[in-house]
Amino acid sequence: MLEQIYNHFNDIVAAILFVIGFSNLLFQKNLIKKIIGINIMDVSIYLLLASQGYISGRIAPILTDGSENAVTYINPIPSGLVLTGIVVSVSVTALMLSMTVRLYRKYKTLDLDEILMKVRREKEESEK
Amino acid sequence: MKDLNNKDNRKLYLIFRIVASILMVCLAASLIICMLDMPGLFSSEHPGENIVAERYIESGIEETGAVNFVAGMILDYRAFDTFGESNVLFAATICVMVLLLVQKPLPRKYRRKKTPDAIEGSDSDSSKLPECKEYYEELREEHEIEPKRIKNDVILKTVAKFAVPFILIFGLYVILNGHLSPGGGFSGGAIVGSGFILASVSFGFDKMERFLNKRSAGIITFVSLMVYCLAKSYSFFTGANHLESGIPLGTPGNILSSGLILILNICVGLVVACTMYSFFSLMRRGKI
Amino acid sequence: MDFVMNFPFFSIMLCMFAALATFMLGRKAAGIVAKAAISITLIMSVVLTAWLHMSGESFVYMMGHFPAPWGNEIRAGELEGIMAVFTCIIALLSMTTGKTSIRTQVDDTKQNLFYLITCLMEASLLALIYTNDIFTGYVFIEINTIAGCGLIMIKNTGRAIASAVRYMVVSLVGSGLFLIGTTLLYSITGHLLMENIFDSVSELFSDGSHIVTLTIITALMTVGLSIKSGLFPFHLWIPDAYAVSIAPSSAMLSGMVSKGYIFLLIKLIYRVIGFEVFKETGVFDLIFIAGVAAMIMGSVSAIRSEHLRRMTAYSSVSQIGYIFMGIGIANDAGMVAAIFHIITHGLTKSLLFMSASSFTGKKEDIRIRDIKGMGHKHPVSSAAFTAAALSIVGFPLFAGFIAKMLLANASFGEGYKMYIAICAIAISTILNVIYFFRCIINLYAFGGFEDKDRENSIAGGDTAKEEAEFLPTRYERIVHGVSVSVLAVLNLYIGVAPKLLTSILTKGLNVFN
Repeated sequence: MLEQIYNHFNDIVAAILFVIGFSNLLFQKNLIKKIIGINIMDVSIYLLLASQGYISGRIAPILTDGSENAVTYINPIPSGLVLTGIVVSVSVTALMLSMTVRLYRKYKTLDLDEILMKVRREKEESEK
Repeated sequence: MKDLNNKDNRKLYLIFRIVASILMVCLAASLIICMLDMPGLFSSEHPGENIVAERYIESGIEETGAVNFVAGMILDYRAFDTFGESNVLFAATICVMVLLLVQKPLPRKYRRKKTPDAIEGSDSDSSKLPECKEYYEELREEHEIEPKRIKNDVILKTVAKFAVPFILIFGLYVILNGHLSPGGGFSGGAIVGSGFILASVSFGFDKMERFLNKRSAGIITFVSLMVYCLAKSYSFFTGANHLESGIPLGTPGNILSSGLILILNICVGLVVACTMYSFFSLMRRGKI
Repeated sequence: MDFVMNFPFFSIMLCMFAALATFMLGRKAAGIVAKAAISITLIMSVVLTAWLHMSGESFVYMMGHFPAPWGNEIRAGELEGIMAVFTCIIALLSMTTGKTSIRTQVDDTKQNLFYLITCLMEASLLALIYTNDIFTGYVFIEINTIAGCGLIMIKNTGRAIASAVRYMVVSLVGSGLFLIGTTLLYSITGHLLMENIFDSVSELFSDGSHIVTLTIITALMTVGLSIKSGLFPFHLWIPDAYAVSIAPSSAMLSGMVSKGYIFLLIKLIYRVIGFEVFKETGVFDLIFIAGVAAMIMGSVSAIRSEHLRRMTAYSSVSQIGYIFMGIGIANDAGMVAAIFHIITHGLTKSLLFMSASSFTGKKEDIRIRDIKGMGHKHPVSSAAFTAAALSIVGFPLFAGFIAKMLLANASFGEGYKMYIAICAIAISTILNVIYFFRCIINLYAFGGFEDKDRENSIAGGDTAKEEAEFLPTRYERIVHGVSVSVLAVLNLYIGVAPKLLTSILTKGLNVFN
């Protein structure tokens, strides 16, 4: 058991980080903390991908010394997926941050529950 | 805070917390079970080590001309993914613009509304109307538009004067060498964009606006994305119809090599640089 | 290779190019470009579907110079074709009917961005529908999520942004689960292409290794996609998002966006995990229970809500429950019924939102008791609303009736699922009748309705002029009427002659795996 855990150390850390990010995203009321949660979640997936792609003793997939043997280099696919994933997470983070900026300027708070309550009050007033 | 002080709601909230924590523990447990079942870490017997990865490395150079296998993979073999990825960035830019861009013309509800005085005096300048002033105040409050003067910081200015050129040159190097060394359009573009941000923070937005304003940033983004789309459409179309693409691959290892990859990297780099700067500028003062 | 085979690729790229072009255009030109691009896409999809229906085959299309496991590819069969046709119809008609809402509720300088987001979303939906690679699927899911968020908050009020934040948080949870599922699947199979994953998953399953892992992965991906499409326990963002956003946005969100994820889930079941393996993991039962719960709870919430668009949004929750129940029945007939209901529900729900927009006017939402007598003021919209309501209730001659019948038929011979499914359909139908007939009766009631606008315009006050700008112009009213009638007629046509659609779906499902 211990040996197995040792063998999968990176993966287990990634899983724990994923759950931490996930629960941050769901249960934090503060919008900035939610955004931090999204980023932790994404980073844990990149950690998982990167550690799945790495093979001990091999080098980064960029041609050096003219060796074109697949045994020399690590698997390039996970690296490519991580690159794509980073761009996606940057865009999502920027979008969430700008929504937070707008909401903060309007309602002067970062607490999502409070914002929703103010929104509800606004709606009730507009209906009167 | 009426809702939260209610006793019933509090109880419900507590139950929700407990159930959710149990669910999270379950998720963690199942993920760890999954992870223990994964192929061993760093071993060469990973299922990913199959014909797919092999071809990317062994025939990558003949087929794409890129020395950096990852660049060759994401910009040539799996180009559709990367095409989607740059569109994610574009979509996010548009959404941020919708949210934060403060436009000059008045919204419709203030345009026709004229006070009796204004009609009598036939004063057509709409910005003098009291309602419009109210609107602008509202706008200023909601967007906290950046004050024009920024503090004169000698240390920041001096350091930035030295650092910005180097940052920009390094970013350009990373973009142009994307097919030869680690890096590429996105990372290089992010570096160039951070250079722009540093320049705008230290020298003021007015100076940056001379060459990077809404118009020029829009045109750069539009042209680069258009070139990207056209280049990729051409290569998808010829590839699927089994036509020769006719794009020379050049000598691997040279700057001018690897066909479309260099052009695509430059396009992505330009888009990302403009996007990073406009994110910052929009969040800071509501315009590019 | 026939030239028709290029059409899926052309339609994705055309929408992308249109999105880019609208970025530089003014609002009028942007509207024309977007509508033209989506109309051409619609024509291409119809031709493609007809061609595929004649030949009865499916094909894969290489995106680039490299064949399948190395390069990306897309796949088109009848199912993909028909889904593309319906998303194009809904997008096009939402844009034409929503012209008044776009003109009056979106800032002048940002109206072209609305068309841009629509084109981008159509492109990403088409890519989601046609994709044959699971990671490409993930990337386009993200575009779809961001574009959906853009559609909600294009109105740019505090409420709209707050509901967009809720939508984003829930959606990001879903995409995170989908992404980690994809990663784990890649780790145990070593592939990203759907066919290759399918082969290695069935190999692993027959070996008996990794069964627990496979079950967990399947559950993660299914839960991720159902969170994004708003299945019952995760539906809390739906009413806010649909009721707050402008009418064309809610029509598109309910008709297309959430349906794209369900289609991807069906693709996952048949082409990635494999139907048999999926059945063994027991995730179908989970989906079935959640679907049944959604059918009932959604209708109950709809009865309790006092506002028209909010009620429609809750009814969306219950209809998504029908679709998931169809998938959860776990046979081919159930799947056909589910896809049929995806299409009919897309048509009817967008019709409901479109016709409700002429009752609400410039207001965000309207109380159901306030629509009293509107039927005499807006005859075309009310007729369309009635048709859509009858279709959702499951009145014979309408598409919804066929969908419910197919669902009930599919559940026969499935043991306990049969009883639960039929009871759930019966209860949900009764609840549907209660809340939709309340609307229809209010619509056509006499008295109680005062023509305030006309009084105002006779008085000729300042407010009347201002109000007049929020009212649709003559041209817009005609376009709105024509568009909703087209949708209503389409609905009636499917209800009267469902043979064509069901035969396309059945044949398409046969060549799906």
